Amino acid sequence: MDLENQKRVKELAEANGPENIVVILGASESEAAGLSAETVTAGDPTFAGPLAGVSLGLRVYHVCEPEIKAEIPADLYDEQIGMMEMVLDVDSIASEMKSVRDQYCKY
Amino acid sequence: MSLLEGKKAIIIGDRDGVPGPAIEECVKAAGADVIFSSTECFV
Amino acid sequence: MNSVITASSYVLVHTPDMVLHNGTTITTEKIVNPESEYLKELPKHIRSYEDALAYAPNQTYIGNMTPDELAAMPQPWYETKVEAKREGKFGEILPQDEFYMLMQICDVFDLLVLEKGFAAATKEKFVKNPAVLPAMVERIKEGVDIAEIEALVNDEHAEGLYMDGKLVGAVKRAHDVDTNLTAHVMHENLVSKASSVLALIHLIKNCDIDASEIEYVIDCSEEACGDMNQRGGGNFAKAAAEIAGLSGASGEDVRGFCAAPTHAMITAAALVKAGVYKHVAVTAGGCTAKLGMNSKDHVKKGLPALEDCLGGFSILVSENDGVNPEINLDICGRHTVGTGSSPQAVINSLVAAPLDKVGMKIVDIDKFSPEMQNPDITKPAGAGDVPLANYKMIGALAVTRHEIERTDLAAFPEKHGLVGWAPTQGHIPSGVPYIGFCRQDILDGKIKNAMIVGKGSLFLGRMTNLFDGVSFVIQGNSGASAASAMDEAEVKNMIAKAMKQFALSLMEGEEEQ
Repeated sequence: MDLENQKRVKELAEANGPENIVVILGASESEAAGLSAETVTAGDPTFAGPLAGVSLGLRVYHVCEPEIKAEIPADLYDEQIGMMEMVLDVDSIASEMKSVRDQYCKY
Repeated sequence: MSLLEGKKAIIIGDRDGVPGPAIEECVKAAGADVIFSSTECFV
Repeated sequence: MNSVITASSYVLVHTPDMVLHNGTTITTEKIVNPESEYLKELPKHIRSYEDALAYAPNQTYIGNMTPDELAAMPQPWYETKVEAKREGKFGEILPQDEFYMLMQICDVFDLLVLEKGFAAATKEKFVKNPAVLPAMVERIKEGVDIAEIEALVNDEHAEGLYMDGKLVGAVKRAHDVDTNLTAHVMHENLVSKASSVLALIHLIKNCDIDASEIEYVIDCSEEACGDMNQRGGGNFAKAAAEIAGLSGASGEDVRGFCAAPTHAMITAAALVKAGVYKHVAVTAGGCTAKLGMNSKDHVKKGLPALEDCLGGFSILVSENDGVNPEINLDICGRHTVGTGSSPQAVINSLVAAPLDKVGMKIVDIDKFSPEMQNPDITKPAGAGDVPLANYKMIGALAVTRHEIERTDLAAFPEKHGLVGWAPTQGHIPSGVPYIGFCRQDILDGKIKNAMIVGKGSLFLGRMTNLFDGVSFVIQGNSGASAASAMDEAEVKNMIAKAMKQFALSLMEGEEEQ
């Protein structure tokens, strides 16, 4: 994850309380989604950014995961994201996200 | 319990996946308070 | 009359040492994590010039392989070497040492110095290049002592130029306090200018007109030149035109992140169609910052650091000659302020909306050229196959518009798409890499038209959250088809005349009998 974004995530989690935060990703591939999810839970796996060694354990989902889709008005979801659902490998993204949450999410 | 309603949402979109502003519209409608939205670019 | 595409050139520059010294992924890591395993490992993943030549996507970029031939090869492509040719139909792959000499030629402010021995040895190689102009050779200077270069790098904040890790030259800062004229900025800008010049001299070689006939040059790279009072003042276009011998040209810089080349093509086509200029060259050099951009993932996965080449291209847009493929400005897509950022809104504004205006369907376009990034580079970095994702989106849009069945979606990318072969140099892969092949494919009758789509991530500049994009269509020359239609009418006319005469002669014969 971009270093500047890591910095903002860290500051915002501290300011708002990590238990109140949910991180929503839009990554195009399961691996990239997994790495971003790991960054905001276990810490930056590339050890480059402000979240290196910082385990925030935040709730983190990809916007195409069924749990998130279910909470968004259907017509709006269709308008904003519907087409990407046809393009992305949603199943593989969802299973990667779940696996990271199961290991590192604290909330 | 709702995942989005009443939560503070941080959005990390992807230029080649779903961009930040598109996610923002959706999670706002689900009742989340968007506190940060960004779009990453790998190319 | 529509303007036409008369010629194009595509060049690469293999810059292994610049990956290690100038790529931002690397320079950032040196600041935040100087002892990292990645920095220690990266040099082992740097490719030789021969290996960069033998890389199929690079051979495709300079025109020695077609996109179809590349698509037929098993991926990942770095596992299979192809014939290592320096010269291609569209341009060449320049080695780093000769590029340093080209940078020196492009430096008009005595900012770049090369070491004596290196300069002498490189000059011998450099002057043999058939694309190089005599006036460029005259600009080559004697080198200086290495001690002078070492002092510049160690004490004067100069940016070092290296060959296999050895210091062979430096770019000096152009001002003591101006942050827009630091050695880093001057280096980046000289690289951009020199690679644009390389593309321009190949364009001149590839086209039928004299260099002096090019009246206007549009640079569409992603760099900015100017001093502290006008950071993006410009004008890369005119600066490059001067060195490339385009004595009759003025120019301008068009910017718009990765979408800039497509914006520039539309601008060039409009200027020519409006009769302002007869010949306009669109050009861009490469970008040092993006070298090795995804190399962390490449190193982690044991791949070569594939982002080791700068890219450049030039395209000549000319008044209609009745032969070459036309740029149809009636079909221009554009992402507007009000379009929104959802992927379907973006792709609709760029692809479907402009086609709707002229009553065409998505499937009426034979080939789409959106973002042609090489998937060898992007897939291991988690960004996926970018062109393929674009084709899936365009196909999905065709499904929602009931132009194709959902079951046809899987076949859409192969039928209307291409594989990506361009290096991840920002503007370089965006839409334009196919224009050279497209011109040939249309002239050969392989396809009737193609849509070029450029997209740009404006939000990276922190001035707007908006995305951007524009598109246009290239199609067969209507003059050419009108000419052949006339020929057909003429033939019919001649046959009719002959038959009439035959009938008359028969009638006359009957009368005589």
